[in-house]
Amino acid sequence: MIAFNKYYIHFNVLSSALIIISLLLLIFKGLNFGIDFKGGTLIELRSNDTKINVSSLRDKFSQMNLGDVSVKKFGSDNDFLIKFENKDNKKNIIEEIKVNLDKSFGNNYDFRRVENVGPKVSAELLKSGVIAISLSLAIMLIYIWVRFEWQFSLGAILALFHDVIVTLGIFSLFSLEINLSIIAAVLTIVGYSMNDTVVIFDRVRENLRKYSDIKIFELTNISINETLSRTIITSATTLLALLAIYFFGGEILKGFSLAMILGVVFGTYSSIYIANAVLVRLRVSQKTVLREDDSK
Amino acid sequence: MLYFSKLRIVFITIFSLLFVLIASSNLFKFDDSFFDKKINLGLDLQGGSYLLLEIDNEPVIEQKLQNLTTTIRNFFKDKDIKINNIKIDKQNIFFDVSDENKQQVIEIFEDENSEINPYYPRFKSHQLEIEDTGLNLKINFSRQGLINLKTSSQDQAIEIVRRRVDEVGTNEPNILKRGNSRILVELPGLDDPMRVKSLLGKTANLTFRFVTQNEDDRFGVEKLEFEDGSEEAVVSKRIIISGENLLDAQPKMDTQNNQTIVSFTLDRVGAKRFGKATSTGIGKQLAIVLDGKIISAPVVRDTIASGAGQISGGFTFQSATDLALLLRSGALPAPLEIIEERTVGPDLGQDSINAGMIALSIGFLLVIVFMFVKYRFFGLITNVTLIINLFILLGILTLFEATLTLPGIAGIILTVGMAVDANVLIFERIKEELKDETNNILAFDGGYTKSRTAIIDANITTLLAAVILFFMGSGPVKGFAVTLGVGIFTTLFSVYFIARLFTSLYVAKNKKNGKLI
Repeated sequence: MIAFNKYYIHFNVLSSALIIISLLLLIFKGLNFGIDFKGGTLIELRSNDTKINVSSLRDKFSQMNLGDVSVKKFGSDNDFLIKFENKDNKKNIIEEIKVNLDKSFGNNYDFRRVENVGPKVSAELLKSGVIAISLSLAIMLIYIWVRFEWQFSLGAILALFHDVIVTLGIFSLFSLEINLSIIAAVLTIVGYSMNDTVVIFDRVRENLRKYSDIKIFELTNISINETLSRTIITSATTLLALLAIYFFGGEILKGFSLAMILGVVFGTYSSIYIANAVLVRLRVSQKTVLREDDSK
Repeated sequence: MLYFSKLRIVFITIFSLLFVLIASSNLFKFDDSFFDKKINLGLDLQGGSYLLLEIDNEPVIEQKLQNLTTTIRNFFKDKDIKINNIKIDKQNIFFDVSDENKQQVIEIFEDENSEINPYYPRFKSHQLEIEDTGLNLKINFSRQGLINLKTSSQDQAIEIVRRRVDEVGTNEPNILKRGNSRILVELPGLDDPMRVKSLLGKTANLTFRFVTQNEDDRFGVEKLEFEDGSEEAVVSKRIIISGENLLDAQPKMDTQNNQTIVSFTLDRVGAKRFGKATSTGIGKQLAIVLDGKIISAPVVRDTIASGAGQISGGFTFQSATDLALLLRSGALPAPLEIIEERTVGPDLGQDSINAGMIALSIGFLLVIVFMFVKYRFFGLITNVTLIINLFILLGILTLFEATLTLPGIAGIILTVGMAVDANVLIFERIKEELKDETNNILAFDGGYTKSRTAIIDANITTLLAAVILFFMGSGPVKGFAVTLGVGIFTTLFSVYFIARLFTSLYVAKNKKNGKLI
């Protein structure tokens, strides 16, 4: 049996630090919002001419008076991602750009993807993203409250909160782009992390009924160990699937799968070290679950 | 938990085979319409354009208020009530009326049978609201009045948008209302989204009006630019004919000077008015105005009574075709703005499908190998179940002709990774049971029973996340929510019926062979 409970305090300190650092990053550095949430125009361009590269593209675009233009390689050497704000929301901007590029590059390039999000839509998307995440946290809180006791609910939510904040913190630290698919990833993380926590909690509750003489500190450790092989196998298979998406699923799914991979790692960790530590701190005892049985 | 009746076994087999069959209809062609269904590919996979249009209702409201001022003036004139200083300011009409008439005017507006202010009994609201500001009377659209106005301009606009899109001839466009001032247009597999965009961006308000030198024309005048921006001309506000009078418009080649022109035919009313105007206005310039810009202003040489005419204006064949199309499909009630656009080229779509399929195969393979190494025979059961699960999932998506997007494929891959969870929970529990239970059947039964609450709770949490995502997410992300959510149900079915069936058959046969797992 591994003594997970010996390190509750160490890891709680670490997690608190991670949360604080993440919050500071989110407040002071902020998130790198993509055009979904910031508005603007995105062009994925494929070239079949070596003359077209990041610097030549940057040159051409900077002559077009589009404001801040970012040009980056996108996956392979001849794919590029161009983003700019399109502040005036000009109507025929794509056509204009095409005409301009044709002059220098002929037709040795191709627009593979064009996205244009107006300021109104991006504001709405951001709002609904924030609502979706908050709503999912609230619903999980209520669900666990109904299925278990409030102490469990609090533990699960703190674990979820930790996973979401730290994942976003890492996205902020490395300036990774936040777009619609990241919101989907965060919501899935919420579901997955909850899933993981619930399995251990279910065992804790069962053991509370079974062993009346064991203190919660020991009991959480027993429960974690009993479910450990399941925890490892499930996170392993989920990670295998996610790694397949990350490496083979194409550029578009990279951010999504990365967020999910981080979420699975933190979700597994937090189920053990946060959710259970909260139960210990709140002095959950046999009475907690017996009262629940009586009321049913 | 381990017992299966014969009937149940038959049912499970038929059910699974049915979905395998439905899923395979994506690969083969069936004659039967029930089986001949296919999963729709989202725009991000088959290529195409997603356009969100917003109707700018300001001009409509303004126009309505403008008309209303005339109506109010005439209406009260008949009733011998004097209306003074009527003016429009920020979507409100203000006017003065003498103190003794004030109450009467307000009553006329607030009467449920008001002739001038329609009442909607269903919403218990008038179209207009009237308010005594102390200085004068203020009239503006009520909330319901605005909603009605927006809905009706949306209805008109969506009709025009549909006509224009249909004329371009794209296959199976999807045109839907969003809220009461937006229109969603999905155009799969379109080669040239720019053309549709430029067609939808034009209001196509066509009018024929005389160019005038006389600044105090009875109807008012305005200074308009020519389309090429070269000149300006003063044009009367009196409309001779408008786009509504057109029966047909076609691009043509003028054989005399090899110019591309748009020829048009007018309806009866239009032909009559056009004939009259051209007979009285010989020698004058008749401006053809489209969306506030003059296309051309030919001099009237003859009376045109036939009701047919042509527009020239230095068109290319493409621009003449587009103008004819716009004129045929009619004018939008209000300008449209494209507030969101997402276009994916067909080759990127194909690349995404390929990448998704490779990721799915590799993810699937990794999970299968892992499970086999870890659980041997029971890993095999899990893997067979996983394959059937995948077929049922695809079968359900096919049955409902759901739209598969790239994030949707990611959802399927994720389902593969997470689907083994329930089986793992069960097998691990059985292992624990076998520690102090020698009877295999009891241990297996206990394993299934005791792991049930954890499995259900764990799946419900994921399902909750998927449901929220489905309702809050848009486009491709919705596709992810669908596959993830449906995947949970198929997983539970395949774990509790298929995997359990295999397990029970195996255990019944080998119950005396020591620890089975």
